[in-house]
Amino acid sequence: MVLDRELVGRSYPPSAVYEVGRAKIAEFAAAVGATDAVHRDPDAARAAGHPHVIAPPTFAIVVSLEAAFVVLGDPEVGLDYSRVVHGEQKFAHHRPIHAGDRLVATTTIDAVRSVAGNDLLTARVELTTEGGEAVCTTVSMLVARGEGGGAA
Amino acid sequence: MTASPADVVVGTELPEFVVRVTRADLVRYAGASGDFNPIHWSDRVATSVGLPGVIAHGMFTMAVAARAVTAWTGDPAGLVEYQVRFGRPVVVPDDDEGAEVTVRGKVGAVLENGRVRVDLTVTSGGEKVLSLARATVQLR
Repeated sequence: MVLDRELVGRSYPPSAVYEVGRAKIAEFAAAVGATDAVHRDPDAARAAGHPHVIAPPTFAIVVSLEAAFVVLGDPEVGLDYSRVVHGEQKFAHHRPIHAGDRLVATTTIDAVRSVAGNDLLTARVELTTEGGEAVCTTVSMLVARGEGGGAA
Repeated sequence: MTASPADVVVGTELPEFVVRVTRADLVRYAGASGDFNPIHWSDRVATSVGLPGVIAHGMFTMAVAARAVTAWTGDPAGLVEYQVRFGRPVVVPDDDEGAEVTVRGKVGAVLENGRVRVDLTVTSGGEKVLSLARATVQLR
């Protein structure tokens, strides 16, 4: 199938609040091997100028990929979830995510195109605090492989 | 030793960073990230969708490559922009050795206000697994 270009610019309602936990940051940091003290030790984080322990640079994906997936649940998009793979990922940090942040994710379709039988959809997720402070912009390019499509 | 703005020019190379990735690492990342796609832990499912076997989460490889940058700058908060394209999967065999991922980086541009762009080359088994991998970092 070919994605409808009218989808570009479509935005979805903000997500429920995701509260960033200190233990979750420590768990994620351990899983990716990020050993810096600022991920674990609140005193070290404060000494480095942060209000609390900060998340490793790709932690935002924990919140944003699920938000981006609202696109896959949109019947007008009609992507076959079982054929979707992650093609590209980008993060623009406006400030580090820290424990205690209460984040809201708002997803927008930035681009759609078809290449070699694959449908490519770019979803941008703006992570802000509940109060509207910009925290991180994540951009995920999702690839729905067509029959015989090559992306992996 | 960490990077300081005074010493960094276009072409400055980051120390090579090598990480071994095992199945246990993938299980741990699945739990921490919430991405339980079975292609990252089940050979049966991975091969049924045409993969050679279980593959690492692309986001796991991206996170590992970021460590090459933050180890160089000494400041995880300094990685302000970061992007990759997931080119080839990192196939992780079910053994104690796992797969080896090698991250090389080079300063591609010196930007304003103490920021630099680092261009990364990330390989596993001699093949490039991430492409267009770039980080913008704030040096202290």
